[in-house]
Amino acid sequence: MGELEQKLVWESHTRRKAWTVWGFWFSIVLLTVFCWLEMTEDTIWFFVYDAPVQAADLIDRMFPPEWLYINKLYKALWDTLNIATLGTLLGVILAFPVAFLAARNTTPSTKFVRPIALFIIASSRSINSLIWALLLVTILGPGILAGIIAIGLRSIGFVAKLLYESIEEINSTSVEAIESTGASRFQTIAYAIIPQILPAFLSITIFRWDINIRESTILGLVGAGGIGLFLSSSLNVLAWPQVTLIILVILATVVVSEYISARVRSLLI
Amino acid sequence: MLKIEHLKKRYKSGPWVLKDISFEVPDGEIVGLIGPSGAGKSTMIRCVNRLIDPSEGNIQLDDVSLSSLSSSKIREQRRHIGMIFQEYALVERLSVMENVLSGRLGYLSFWRSFLRRYPQEDIDNAFEYLDRVGLIDHANKRADELSGGQRQRVGIARALAQDPRLLLVDEPTASLDPKTSRQIMRLIQSICREKALSAIINIHDVPLAMQFVDRIIGLQGGEVVFDGKPDELTEDVLTRIYGDEDWTDVKPDDEDDEQESEEAA
Amino acid sequence: MRTWQRPHYLVPDKRWRIALWIAFFLYLIVGIGSIEVNWQRVYEGLERGGRFIEGFLNPNFTRRAADIYSGIYESLTMTVTSTVVGILLSIPFGMGAARNISPKPIYLFCRSFIAVSRSMQEVIVAIFLVALFGFGAFAGFLTLTYATIGFLGKLLAEEIEEIDKKQLEAIASTGASWLQRMHIAIWPQVMPRMIGLSFYRFDINFRESAVIGIVGAGGIGATLNTSIDRYEYDSAGAVLILIILIVLACEYLSGWIRKWVS
Repeated sequence: MGELEQKLVWESHTRRKAWTVWGFWFSIVLLTVFCWLEMTEDTIWFFVYDAPVQAADLIDRMFPPEWLYINKLYKALWDTLNIATLGTLLGVILAFPVAFLAARNTTPSTKFVRPIALFIIASSRSINSLIWALLLVTILGPGILAGIIAIGLRSIGFVAKLLYESIEEINSTSVEAIESTGASRFQTIAYAIIPQILPAFLSITIFRWDINIRESTILGLVGAGGIGLFLSSSLNVLAWPQVTLIILVILATVVVSEYISARVRSLLI
Repeated sequence: MLKIEHLKKRYKSGPWVLKDISFEVPDGEIVGLIGPSGAGKSTMIRCVNRLIDPSEGNIQLDDVSLSSLSSSKIREQRRHIGMIFQEYALVERLSVMENVLSGRLGYLSFWRSFLRRYPQEDIDNAFEYLDRVGLIDHANKRADELSGGQRQRVGIARALAQDPRLLLVDEPTASLDPKTSRQIMRLIQSICREKALSAIINIHDVPLAMQFVDRIIGLQGGEVVFDGKPDELTEDVLTRIYGDEDWTDVKPDDEDDEQESEEAA
Repeated sequence: MRTWQRPHYLVPDKRWRIALWIAFFLYLIVGIGSIEVNWQRVYEGLERGGRFIEGFLNPNFTRRAADIYSGIYESLTMTVTSTVVGILLSIPFGMGAARNISPKPIYLFCRSFIAVSRSMQEVIVAIFLVALFGFGAFAGFLTLTYATIGFLGKLLAEEIEEIDKKQLEAIASTGASWLQRMHIAIWPQVMPRMIGLSFYRFDINFRESAVIGIVGAGGIGATLNTSIDRYEYDSAGAVLILIILIVLACEYLSGWIRKWVS
């Protein structure tokens, strides 16, 4: 009797679970179909059907790349590198205190300071560097300064989030031990916390630098300097062979920076 | 002289972890604090150096009342109280020497400690303490390269570097094998004797405690249920502290210990 | 008397350390020197900067309410469709790019498809797709789908490559067909992480949908672009705040669903 009852309860439990899972997937399908219909409402299907022809035409115009154009790109590449590197430095310097204010075990107040720090992190993470650049160009004028600050602002959230997570994971008894020697708050940070998070910090920084190289290649589209500036002007005059070359150069830069970042990070670990 | 009067502690509005504890530790006495897990041993010693703030009562070291100090003043007093931890609590990515020198942090300005510019006297002393605990050759190794017993010795040297008047020791042997445990306890005991230091040692290994301490305080449910010499610790008393169990095995084995000292020498 | 110096574990040789620091400062000087700043222009811009901060703190949701609403709506529909389609397509591409289960030509094709998708910024892809498919959300949808395939496909391929080969062989020896093998041996192991990453990608896709609008691929980016171009910082602030709120809501929701799934 008891066994049977149990079985019944168990069955109805799994059956309800099966229904919820099924309902979950069904609502996702429904949502997707609805979104698809809404999204394609304004789509001009003629352009879509015509796209293969356009693509063939475009590829025809893009090749061969204008190889000699590379001589004009060196300075722009140097600017791109500077935007990424200096922007990363700026972001890291700003992210460091924010991470300490956001980590539960180091924040001066969980009620007041921590939410502010978390809001800074969330805003910086939600807004792409291209949007920051768009804003900063209207404020500071075109040039790599706007790019550097845009990259810096975007990096704060990324670096601070990963950093505060690693601060929250540190061994707390070492911190207790340093406190028990009579160390001040800053001494405790310098002796007990920073040595523990340093490897993570360096690795996060280099990881972000790699991403920033990638992002800084396009900031020129909105006037914030670097190789994107040339991409934008070549696109404007429909100089497709130049566009091809610039994209090849961007791809090469990204591959090289990814290689460097992976090498340095493996050295750190 | 450490004096604890009517110490009480509860976390927020939870139950009382410590209920009215009073005892005194004269200079040079080694006190073993025993009791089941959850009896409040760890809270008890953390109240002394205010890693945990007591709810009520008075704690007095010599002529300073620790329990009433503001949080900025307590730092000055913490320098005089060395603490040794169960999991060693070293900063593993710093060198052994830096870990020992970190015992001096309470005496140094931020920048001097940040730049590692310690007074020559501190460095000399640190080498002496490392020598005392037998790790002089490991000074520049990273702490995570050492074995458990060696790490605990660094922890002891760090506490010594504070030039303390009192040692708080929290389960020093819980993560160590039996032989290393004895060596560590013997080291703590002989250092306390040399420097006429008093110490409170939390320990759950009763035979080990009986062998190395001058006095035992039994804690049960946040209250002192025994306070006396190790040889007064009868089966009755143990039952009072830990509950019913067969205690016939719990006797310090002197023979074994002598053998071990020979090995160590 | 014994002196003591702090040992350095990362770069033990003192000369190397000095050399690295000198190189770092030299770069810093040269790099910062290469910034050309028109201080006159910056000075004029400061007033606008102040207005932006003011606008962000005091956002105006009403002036461009219709644009903002349709932009956010389009961004969301683009994000949902591209994430779902991207996940579905990343499964064949991911399996194709796993060295241990797919034939060489397919492996090479899928790997290069994924590699290009990962190294190309979404904005650049969007520029091309807008040129081919015309302005609007469809080009944006394709861009985000392509990026999703690259992101999830690579992770899926790596997971499959890591899976213990023995387990695969044990099931193969029972005479299971290729599809059965996929279903029994690989899917259960890969599934949990993929669900988490899919939500993460949804979040990224939404953020990217705000950017590709700048080059004409639909979504809220276009609205943002016009408000900033016209110095309407209070409307721009409203859009930015909406983006932040939606991203936060996505993160919260995905955390909740992940807990619910496991």
